[in-house]
Amino acid sequence: MKLSVFRLSYWNRRGSSFRSSPSLDPSFDGKSPSSVFWFVIHGLCCLISLILGFRFSHLVLFFLFSTSVTNLYTTPFLFAGNGGVSQLLRLKPLETATNSTVKKNSRVVVGRHGIRIRPWPHPNPIEVLRAHQLLVRVQKEQKSMYGVRSPRTVIVVTPTYVRTFQALHLTGVMHSLMLVPYDLVWIVVEAGGITNETASFIAKSGLKTIHLGFDQKMPNTWEDRHKLETKMRLHALRVVREKKLDGIVMFADDSNMHSMELFDEIQTVKWFGALSVGILAHSGNADELSSILKNEQGKNKEKPSMPIQGPSCNSSEKLVGWHIFNTQPYAKKTAVYIDEKAPVMPSKMEWSGFVLNSRLLWKESLDDKPAWVKDLSLLDDGYAEIESPLSLVKDPSMVEPLGSCGRRVLLWWLRVEARADSKFPPGWIIKSPLEITVPSKRTPWPDSSSELPAAAIKEAKSNSKPRVSKSKSYKEKQEPKAFDGVKVSATS
Amino acid sequence: MKIHSCLSAILLFLFFSASSAKQNVRTERISGSAGDVLEDDPVGKLKVYVYELPSKYNKKLLQKDPRCLTHMFAAEIFMHRFLLSSPVRTRNPDEADWFYTPIYPTCDLTPTGLPLPFKSPRMMRSSIQLISSNWPYWNRTEGADHFFVVPHDFGACFHYQEEKAIERGILPLLQRATLVQTFGQRNHVCLDEGSITIPPFAPPQKMQAHFIPPDIPRSIFVYFRGLFYDVNNDPEGGYYARGARAAVWENFKNNPLFDISTDHPTTYYEDMQRAIFCLCPLGWAPWSPRLVEAVVFGCIPVIIADDIVLPFADAIPWEEIGVFVAEKDVPELDTILTSIPTEVILRKQRLLANPSMKRAMLFPQPAQPGDAFHQILNGLARKLPHDKSIYLKTGEKALNWTAGPVADLKPW
Repeated sequence: MKLSVFRLSYWNRRGSSFRSSPSLDPSFDGKSPSSVFWFVIHGLCCLISLILGFRFSHLVLFFLFSTSVTNLYTTPFLFAGNGGVSQLLRLKPLETATNSTVKKNSRVVVGRHGIRIRPWPHPNPIEVLRAHQLLVRVQKEQKSMYGVRSPRTVIVVTPTYVRTFQALHLTGVMHSLMLVPYDLVWIVVEAGGITNETASFIAKSGLKTIHLGFDQKMPNTWEDRHKLETKMRLHALRVVREKKLDGIVMFADDSNMHSMELFDEIQTVKWFGALSVGILAHSGNADELSSILKNEQGKNKEKPSMPIQGPSCNSSEKLVGWHIFNTQPYAKKTAVYIDEKAPVMPSKMEWSGFVLNSRLLWKESLDDKPAWVKDLSLLDDGYAEIESPLSLVKDPSMVEPLGSCGRRVLLWWLRVEARADSKFPPGWIIKSPLEITVPSKRTPWPDSSSELPAAAIKEAKSNSKPRVSKSKSYKEKQEPKAFDGVKVSATS
Repeated sequence: MKIHSCLSAILLFLFFSASSAKQNVRTERISGSAGDVLEDDPVGKLKVYVYELPSKYNKKLLQKDPRCLTHMFAAEIFMHRFLLSSPVRTRNPDEADWFYTPIYPTCDLTPTGLPLPFKSPRMMRSSIQLISSNWPYWNRTEGADHFFVVPHDFGACFHYQEEKAIERGILPLLQRATLVQTFGQRNHVCLDEGSITIPPFAPPQKMQAHFIPPDIPRSIFVYFRGLFYDVNNDPEGGYYARGARAAVWENFKNNPLFDISTDHPTTYYEDMQRAIFCLCPLGWAPWSPRLVEAVVFGCIPVIIADDIVLPFADAIPWEEIGVFVAEKDVPELDTILTSIPTEVILRKQRLLANPSMKRAMLFPQPAQPGDAFHQILNGLARKLPHDKSIYLKTGEKALNWTAGPVADLKPW
């Protein structure tokens, strides 16, 4: 019907030449211009639909001939006809499903609705930032609701001394401590007295630190080192006692690795707690280590023992014993001197696996101080021989096992040290100009010489830092002050 | 009478404010428009008589297909079991305030587990014929003091397609009865004035087995798992969910704050506990078990369904607990959610953490005080006492027993 109306109007406009059949008789033969015209229009509509991707003609008819659209829920979005379709409009007039028998006037209509898409469906950075702030706030609230009720200060005791790997180890510990969400006091005991190097290093942390000096120098054997470290720790405990610091004392050796959950877990300790420490007995030689392990597996057909040191419980979660690292397979092959390339063994009971309430150390007798703790005025003697932290308690079975009874390993023990003759720049800042400049073989700059003096190569290998040649342009742009004196062979 | 109820309300208020102060976790008490009714005890307030129907209406259906116990329409079965052993049940029908017909109209499942509603009208009709001929209580009021549990997609309209459901309307025989249904939408044919909306059934043990410690930080901003386009029934899109789910996908699929996809992960429940907002958009029907899951797992529900009536709307202040987004505002969902003030979000989480809120959404076995069964009874109790006008005089008829499509009149 609509088609013939269109044709009729066309007919009338054409004028008198076709007045012979004004009636609606659309049977044309072959190639009359109107049919061609109609064919052309049809083809045009098809092409447009192909480009736009939906039935264009449908839409045109809708807009031209639509009647009452009062019940339409989706307001018609304007579509920019040529390609910039901002809202995908797939709409057709509905058979009004709200038929006459319905008494209520529903705003919500059944049927096909348009899918609304905004012009730029990508995240707004301000909103993303706000969402992250919300997340942080919600997590903070969660922590305060379900986490630790009243967090106590954590008192961390770290024995250290100046050597090549000190920066490596202390950076790790320092960053872990900086992330701890509780109040912290870091007691750093340094063998060989207080040095500026260590002091400036610790100052970078921004934590509350107590830097103590211990007058002995660190010896060169592992056994002696362990003994000295114990003395240093006791010295720190003495200071805790004198200053009456209140909190939880934990021992963070500078080459250990701590997880963040460790600090949450130690908040639950009442008096004296023990944790599981993962022991990573590292040897510089991978083949040696694998041969050791194979031997071990060959000898006893049982499962290889866990490299863990810590409390062990029975099925009713009570402490029944201690798990010790099995040093048997490493016998005769362990390192004696600090810089030996053999596996380093932990002591029987590492101090880092124990935490204690600082009130145990205080002089005056508190009411609820447990009786199973030895009177720690021994510490005042100066050089008490205490081998393992368990000798601080009379009754080891009263120690609280932490980390779901030792099943969670929250820290790892590793001892790696550099060779005794290794040099390192003090404070890791290079002040004087370096001696060797060697152009790298693969420099892209065409005027660098590709010959390398043989002597320069040998010296470069023995130095710990490789050098890279810089071209002229680089020198101007981004050189830190320390590199001022670098000689560049390429620019000559 | 009024003073007495005021006094008891004040006492209840004081008691519960004292008890909530003792709680370690900071939760807020939920007070709805009807007062603190979530903890009301219906025992003593009403009496329900359970008709004895032949087992072909209930037990045999369940025996044929035990899947009826675990799908989201299982509330009808569990309500029956609850009433049989509840203290509100009375064996003397003359003193009963409400009458319950134990019929499972949704227990006719396809092999894939979807309920077929085609026989339900006939089943309902046949059961009503039975109770009206064997007991005088139906004819006394033509069902005005009877209640039925109809948890299907569109309630007592008994069809899964909305257009057909609207066409059919509520079954004529049930027009005077109180319907306990999951479907709720304002100004819709299939929601009668006095109906009680209930949450869909979600298996409580399964959900409780997936709890994670509450101190695990919530790190997902918005979470949703489900279909956006129903390719089988609505390939072009625009019909399913009135285009709202498709709009969510198209607008936010590239947004890292929105963790939305059509996956079926095994960690679905755990993930909900790690999210702040959980989307609960409409599907073919406006209700879904996502609301129950969101409430149980402490995730703020974002309800995208225009004019929806949420479960126990007169007892639970949904406006304060969830976020309502109009379907036309879906493209701005990220703006809406990030512009909610922090304090409001924290308050909603505290309300959700209230255990009475979670209890009210669940159908545990065996029943516990404050659970959804008790909320239904509370709702029924609030409708008492019955108005005298529901009692028909002898000979007066209010229902038309021959109304409805012809196919419904066939015996079952």
